[in-house]
Amino acid sequence: MAVLARASGEEIAALMPELPAHERLRAPETGLVMVRGRAGGDGNAFNLGEMTVTRCAVRLGETVGHAYVAGRDKRQAELAAVLDAALQDPARRDALMAAVIAPLATRQTASRDADARRAAATKVEFLAMQTTR
Amino acid sequence: MYVAVKGGERAISAAHAWLDETRRGDPALPELTVAQIEQQMPLAVDRVMAEGSCHDRFLAALAIKQAKGDLIEAAFLLRAYRTTLPRFGVSEPLETNAMRIRRRISATYKDLPGGQVLGPTYDYTHRLLDFALAAEGSDRAEAPQAEVPAGAVPRVTELLAREGLMQREEATDAEPGDLTREPLAFPAARPVRLQNLARGDEGFLLALGYSTQRGYGGNHPFVGEIRVGHVTVEFTPPELGFPIELGEIGITECQMVNQFKGSRTEPPQFTRGYGLTFGHGERRAMSMALVDRALRATELGEDVTAPAQDHEFVLYHSDNIEATGFVEHLKLPHYVDFQSELENLRTIRAALAREAMQEAAE
Repeated sequence: MAVLARASGEEIAALMPELPAHERLRAPETGLVMVRGRAGGDGNAFNLGEMTVTRCAVRLGETVGHAYVAGRDKRQAELAAVLDAALQDPARRDALMAAVIAPLATRQTASRDADARRAAATKVEFLAMQTTR
Repeated sequence: MYVAVKGGERAISAAHAWLDETRRGDPALPELTVAQIEQQMPLAVDRVMAEGSCHDRFLAALAIKQAKGDLIEAAFLLRAYRTTLPRFGVSEPLETNAMRIRRRISATYKDLPGGQVLGPTYDYTHRLLDFALAAEGSDRAEAPQAEVPAGAVPRVTELLAREGLMQREEATDAEPGDLTREPLAFPAARPVRLQNLARGDEGFLLALGYSTQRGYGGNHPFVGEIRVGHVTVEFTPPELGFPIELGEIGITECQMVNQFKGSRTEPPQFTRGYGLTFGHGERRAMSMALVDRALRATELGEDVTAPAQDHEFVLYHSDNIEATGFVEHLKLPHYVDFQSELENLRTIRAALAREAMQEAAE
């Protein structure tokens, strides 16, 4: 779910051209979640501000799938809910993991790594001061 | 007393049409897209999300477009929109210690675990207008990348707390007050104050923070640490009963380290001022941290002498949406109010004139 929460509906749909037939228990709906922080980073919780979140619940055969994803992408929420249900089915799990989740995860890791590497390039090396003296 | 005033409809509708036209500007130029604002004015988007108290980059960008770049108006639009949405619940508190860091600096330690990571900063730029930006389609060099060093990036405040030199934060399971649900009341607890400051006007926070540095309730601050990056937001849906990841949001955190001379129960030690904001907003997070510390004066047994330490003054005036509403409402018709003032003044002046005539006659 962490991977699906970070992928757009378009990205997920591109990897899952055939959407399994499902019943909507709760149509995609956008609302808010109040984001909390902690005073001093590790003290008492406080309300920082809200964020938009879209949720959806579906039934796939006997299984119920739920999704709550940041933002207002209804397609993403519905696809994530369908996948949440489908991934609980051992018969489909491995194939879906390989076809949908793994490629998304790879892409997300690459983007995170690139960010971390750009940050690393801006890390100050104070030792350089001493060698020039 | 109200007097029904009619007859403005045609003028208002013409004014709105002209407003739309001025928003569009010269039709010979391509129209700005919301995606362009979101991508190329990210700091404006961040400020609108913070002051609108709603994290949604697209909505904030749309609000900026609609408001013709007036960021307070844009925050107002976002705040108004959020009232149309249901609340699903509250997140788990953010783990800023686990932030995916783009920038992390400390002004208190040169060499610290995790190091000084500058990130995409304006610091050290020359503040000279870059005319290359005026030319379209100019190629920008790609940002260099380097090997990511292993090792943790601990909080500076934690390093000091381990030595017993930094006051530990009170950490309980207390449910924080929520300004979107209950109006502000005094004395305001720190969580409520932090929520108020987190969505407060950046200019107001900046000026108040600056006033503390200039001696109005000075608290001698050091930037223990500023962190800019992304954190995962976790939320426990009631139907699942366990936390799931909603995604990541960008945030900025500032830990100010301040002197504290100690009290009867506590030895001299450092205390914290804390700033946290959506997006990349260092000025905002720093100002918030300065004001947070100033507002702790009473609980730390310090004298309250300056505006930044005055809970009512700060918390009642920090919200630019409330402030702009009350200031700008003066534009609305006050014809009847003003007639009564006018009447009053004329009566007083007439009475004074009569007295003067009488005195002259005597």
